[in-house]
Amino acid sequence: MAELRFTKDHEWIRVADGDTYEVGISDYAQGQLGDVVFVELPEVGKTIAKGGQAAVVESVKAASDIYAPVSGSVVAVNDALTGEPGLVNTDPTGKGWFFRIKATNAAEIQELMDEAAYDAFVKSQG
Amino acid sequence: MRPAVDRRADMRPDRPWEYAHLADADLKKTVLHALHVELGAKMVPFGGYDMPVQYPMGILGEHNHTRAAAGLFDVSHMGQVTLHGPDAVAALETLVPGDIAALDVGSTRYSMFTNEAGGILDDLMITNRGDRLFLVVNAGCKEADIAHMRAKIGSRTKVEYHEDRALLALQGPQAATVMARLAPASVAQKFMTFRTGDVAGIPCFFTRSGYTGEDGWEISVPADRAVELARAILANPEAKPIGLGARDSLRLEAGLCLYGHDIDTGTTPVEAGLQWSISKRRRAAGGFPGAARIQKELAEGPARKRVGILPEGRAPAREGTDIVDASGAKVGTVTSGGFGPTVNGPVCMGYVPAALAQPGTSVGLVVRGKTLPAKIVGMPFAPHRYFRG
Repeated sequence: MAELRFTKDHEWIRVADGDTYEVGISDYAQGQLGDVVFVELPEVGKTIAKGGQAAVVESVKAASDIYAPVSGSVVAVNDALTGEPGLVNTDPTGKGWFFRIKATNAAEIQELMDEAAYDAFVKSQG
Repeated sequence: MRPAVDRRADMRPDRPWEYAHLADADLKKTVLHALHVELGAKMVPFGGYDMPVQYPMGILGEHNHTRAAAGLFDVSHMGQVTLHGPDAVAALETLVPGDIAALDVGSTRYSMFTNEAGGILDDLMITNRGDRLFLVVNAGCKEADIAHMRAKIGSRTKVEYHEDRALLALQGPQAATVMARLAPASVAQKFMTFRTGDVAGIPCFFTRSGYTGEDGWEISVPADRAVELARAILANPEAKPIGLGARDSLRLEAGLCLYGHDIDTGTTPVEAGLQWSISKRRRAAGGFPGAARIQKELAEGPARKRVGILPEGRAPAREGTDIVDASGAKVGTVTSGGFGPTVNGPVCMGYVPAALAQPGTSVGLVVRGKTLPAKIVGMPFAPHRYFRG
């Protein structure tokens, strides 16, 4: 499985195929959210700048925005989340992925945290 | 991932960083605080208290457990007050539209403190204990309520605030199974009645009532024995600790108002659909704050009404969501909304003009800029299962 990289907003990204990347939220993030009951996915073809709002995840209590870790265009979304949003809780870095994005500037990936740095970041958040 | 814009101020389990600095300095703790932490609760501020929003089971699991078995809630943050003396009933009737004079000894009734404009200052439960009245008021309002009573009726009745008592709620279809072991006589008790007696050997008083739509009890216990009582209840396999998150989704599905959200000083009891709590005598005679407006709304109907709203899709519509009519014009606002685990879909309540309040009416909910179809429906969303004997 390809290496995960993380944003400070708790999204993860990993290479799926060439310059196409898969995006989701971290195990820490799903734990903070609690039971996910609804996911609003972007439209395929949508162009998003790095840090732009890309999706919405709703737990029983609240809605949270998911941001694009890199700039690009959405090439696929995980339709399984529509019927089974709880996959975000049970398998956040696997079957709980949100969308795939074709990156326009792959160098942006290098600015993100690797797993060790992200773990340290989460710990520093208390 | 960052929290989406949300107007809810009190309880944000998803953004602990916003209140981390408050947790120790400014928030009060109930006597069960250490037990909540021991049970693994995630704590958040609510009504000025550091309260458990959920335990490791999670909001969804806790909600479903309460509907299927029995849930134990710490509601010690709520205010427990006794009004003493022979004039307590008549005095309290000058502040609430409820019929307290008609309340039998040992019975409990829901009412609200109103202001001169007919708005709601707080909602509360009132029990006739014979020689006194026992009140339970909301945490966030209790200091204002007590000051209000002392100022307005303090010369007629002694207002005693029970800071030395905790309050536990045991709710769900198996609450009676648990109570049968701990307080056998309570099983014959009917909905909205009050008893005194031992629960697990601890002297308590308890009403068969709650805030979930389920059968259950609210148990007032001396603060220094509250942990012992909570542990005795949790020793029963049916009972699990339940946090405020599930309390909110349970009460929303039950169609019950949350003060400060669904009702406040800007809403009247009639707009809120609470006119069932105002008897014929009190409607005719008035004599409570805001009676003129409330009587007018009872006679002519209110301009707007609190209604249940069922979104047709899966997206929850939260508090603050605009409600629009068929032309897209804003007609109201969602006052409580979210995911209803028992309904297995989104549910909300809010205020709409009386002309749109009929069940079956189509409305739109504007969620993140998109108008989603929804229908006005009767409440509750999940049927009440009270024990009426």
